Amino acid sequence: MNITIYLLLASTACMTLSGLPGLLLSRRRMAGQWIALALNLLASAAGMAALLTFAGNGCQSDLMTWGWALPWGRFAVGVDVITGMFLLPILVVSALGAVYGLGYWKQAQHPGNGRKLRFFWGLMSAGMMLTTMARNGVLFLMAWEIMATAAFFLITTEDQREDVRAAGWIYLIVAHLGMICLIAMFVLLRWIDGTFNLWFTAKMPAASGVATAIFLLGLVGFGLKAGIMPLHVWLPGAHANAPSHVSALFSGVMLNIGIYGLVRIGGIFPAPPIWWGATLFIMGVGSAVVGMIFAFCQNDYKRLLAYSSIENMGIVIIGLALALIGKSIHRPDLILLGLGGALFHMLNHSLFKPLLFMGAGSILHAIHTRRIDQLGGLARKMPVTLLLFLIGAMAICGLPGLNGFVGEWLLYLAMLHTVSMGHMDAVVWLSFGVPALAVTGALAVASFVKVVGTVFLGNQRSSDLDQAHDPGFSSLVPMAILALGCMVAALVPTTITGMLVRAVQSWNQAMLSVRGSAKMPAPMHDMAILDAALLVAGILMVIAFWLIRRRKTVAPRPTWSCGYAKPTSKMQYSGASFSRMLAQLFNWMMPGRPFVLPQRGLFLQPTTLTHDASDTLLDKGLIPGFALLRRLFLWFRPLQNKPVNIYVAYMLAILLLLLLALRFQV
Amino acid sequence: MNNHITNILIQIGLLVFMPPLLPGVINKTKAAFAGRKGPPLLQPYFDIYKLLRKGMVISTTTTWIFQAAPVVTLAATFLAGMLIPFGAFSSPIHFSGDLILFVYLFGLARFFTTSAALDTGSSFEGMGAAREVTFACVSEAAVLLGLLVLVRLSDTFSLTPMLLAPLSHPLEAPVLLAAAGLFIVLLAENSRIPVDDPNTHLELTMIHEVMVLDHSGPLLGIIQYASAMKLLIFETVVLHLVAPFHAGLPVVDWPVFIIEIIGMSGVVGAVESMMARLQMRHIPTLLAAASLLCGFGFVLMVR
Repeated sequence: MNITIYLLLASTACMTLSGLPGLLLSRRRMAGQWIALALNLLASAAGMAALLTFAGNGCQSDLMTWGWALPWGRFAVGVDVITGMFLLPILVVSALGAVYGLGYWKQAQHPGNGRKLRFFWGLMSAGMMLTTMARNGVLFLMAWEIMATAAFFLITTEDQREDVRAAGWIYLIVAHLGMICLIAMFVLLRWIDGTFNLWFTAKMPAASGVATAIFLLGLVGFGLKAGIMPLHVWLPGAHANAPSHVSALFSGVMLNIGIYGLVRIGGIFPAPPIWWGATLFIMGVGSAVVGMIFAFCQNDYKRLLAYSSIENMGIVIIGLALALIGKSIHRPDLILLGLGGALFHMLNHSLFKPLLFMGAGSILHAIHTRRIDQLGGLARKMPVTLLLFLIGAMAICGLPGLNGFVGEWLLYLAMLHTVSMGHMDAVVWLSFGVPALAVTGALAVASFVKVVGTVFLGNQRSSDLDQAHDPGFSSLVPMAILALGCMVAALVPTTITGMLVRAVQSWNQAMLSVRGSAKMPAPMHDMAILDAALLVAGILMVIAFWLIRRRKTVAPRPTWSCGYAKPTSKMQYSGASFSRMLAQLFNWMMPGRPFVLPQRGLFLQPTTLTHDASDTLLDKGLIPGFALLRRLFLWFRPLQNKPVNIYVAYMLAILLLLLLALRFQV
Repeated sequence: MNNHITNILIQIGLLVFMPPLLPGVINKTKAAFAGRKGPPLLQPYFDIYKLLRKGMVISTTTTWIFQAAPVVTLAATFLAGMLIPFGAFSSPIHFSGDLILFVYLFGLARFFTTSAALDTGSSFEGMGAAREVTFACVSEAAVLLGLLVLVRLSDTFSLTPMLLAPLSHPLEAPVLLAAAGLFIVLLAENSRIPVDDPNTHLELTMIHEVMVLDHSGPLLGIIQYASAMKLLIFETVVLHLVAPFHAGLPVVDWPVFIIEIIGMSGVVGAVESMMARLQMRHIPTLLAAASLLCGFGFVLMVR
């Protein structure tokens, strides 16, 4: 039965159309937004139903094709376990984000751009769904382009602001550079397979030049979308400047689509050379460590979250690299733990990162500033947001008891397997991954303590914060659902491992034939023991906490400040001071160094510490680089900037050239 | 089986009741070096008991996180203590990959301790928190590199066989290098002298003590108890590497373990007595040296 695919196509269509009725309705009324929300929820429900029937069928892969009017093969869509694992976060985050938008981006308050936002929201979600389902190269590219272009319009929702437009342009350029690589890659895939059918297993050896070109093109094309370093330049600006629920959709879902492409490319060749995995591994470790260093030094909490996304994608890439290396050296356990951990961490990231971005959105909505150092003491004004944000922060730091830990733990196990197994190449490549991941974890704790501590705790740093308050139910409910997801995914890791194993099997066809290797070598039942232990510890903690709170507090007093009589909120440690020490350790990496006004004279002058770590690669590398390119191509300018009729003449010339080319074809 | 349960009960008993003894031993050692009489050996027990009976002064700036942090820290530390073997005996909880949980439990404790420090809105405590999270970035690398040596030595990913593996390779170079690295981490993580001095009169130069300035009464008692427990756990880990000798008889091994831990505390006290506190900006270098020691140990292992 193909009901799964029909349901998914219906869901995609419904998602595409969700913002359309709103375009025709009033700017000032909410009707359009409600219709869009209803259609979005309907689409997600249909998609969920499809995934349930798919799981009910025992996850049988399925494929349907129709003839279409284009010359490149047939319209082919399919579903398998990997597609399902990527569809799930799209459906969840798109629906929850639409609900969140109800309070966060009210049509009545954003008459100018609310309708546009919702139209492209639906279009982008549908584009991502179609990308994961496409089984024809041209269809894939079309869906990819729909997603990429819709994303541009979502970033530039507030296109009256200049920084938004700048971020949008950078994104658009990067997206199309990636697109060029992908077109070239699909042409090569067509060349080795003879059709545009997708996600086959190649017969040719992976050491050939074509295979190498496919890998490198795919790495750049998909890596640009996933935002791994050094291909991340568009990511911080885009995430920081888009509306927060759009950032949630980008970070929680769109980055995954880049990972999806890399997973598929890795699945094509049965025995990739070891340097593929090693390259990915180095990029993954680099993204994780450097991304988190940059995150810690940010003063804008949305940019901080964006850099943390780079870090998390780096961790996912580490897992994928381990799986590729496992393929190269024929270690099924490494493949299982690596790819399983990568997919699990990706799903986790799709839970906690949207949660954090929505929390950031609630702060932004209440306060209208993204600067950490202007906030403080929000815990009293927004207690529920604090609790939900704290759960997300603990999960993303990989702290035990929440889902982030389980995913990272699988990846650690994969690397430890390598360390102990004695294959020299792999040991040399991978041994530094374990300490690097640990450093990343410590940096993540540092970064999120900075956010939680400076934004929510302590004293208010300005009186503007007086009017802050928790957002309404439409914002809190999606966040609560995601937070609940973080806890549930940690408590029942065994339920998800079955899916992970199936996904890995469908990724690596060779593993289907190896009996006995199809079991997760990780002791997931021990994780259940661990969870029980943590639960007991949690209950004990609650009891102890209650006992302490019950005890009479002798006296509430202001914080002790060395006997100084009039402490002010300005005397608190700021976010910039908090990260200063580490920023000094790594200041060779960052152009925006901590800056203290110098002191003159005998008496202390007022001084400030500012620190805005900008993106080194973008500001010192690419922007000057592109300026240079622009100068180099100045000679091209006379051909441009002409009246329309000249352009028509150009097109005529190209048509003639094409005809000539046809004439001289063999 | 019965014997097994007895050993688990002894370990839990030691984990619960022994920690405050260690700061007592350290203080006694330091006093001996300084030619003083020093506080009674059991003074930390009295201190914690006294604190638990007192009332609390809570800063008006703080939220529930401030009060929850000591409890979370104690729970995480206790759970970490259940993961490592004491003496020659298997730990109460052990499974493949528990070393990662061990490291991340201290991350959980750090998350809450530093958040509580920022919760008070005091710049001293913010300073301590910033130092704590920054130094942890370097010391976590050292811990995991040190544990990697043991992973490679024992071919397992569980702390019990890993820490008992030096028994069959006593005092080999990689193990000793890792032990040296982990000893530096021990000093740093437990706010001991070359890194941190809890007894100085100046808050500006402290790390751990300055983060808990505003905690009082039972909350402070819990914090002191938890940090003593952390010291016990780290000393046990290092002890496995430097003194891998066991009689095989519980009746002998348990007293020997207790004596060894007390001796280890004496060593820590001696190090504290003979060294001055480093400048704050040199501490990352010291911790990087610890990572390098563990890293060289790993290179020797892989060779």
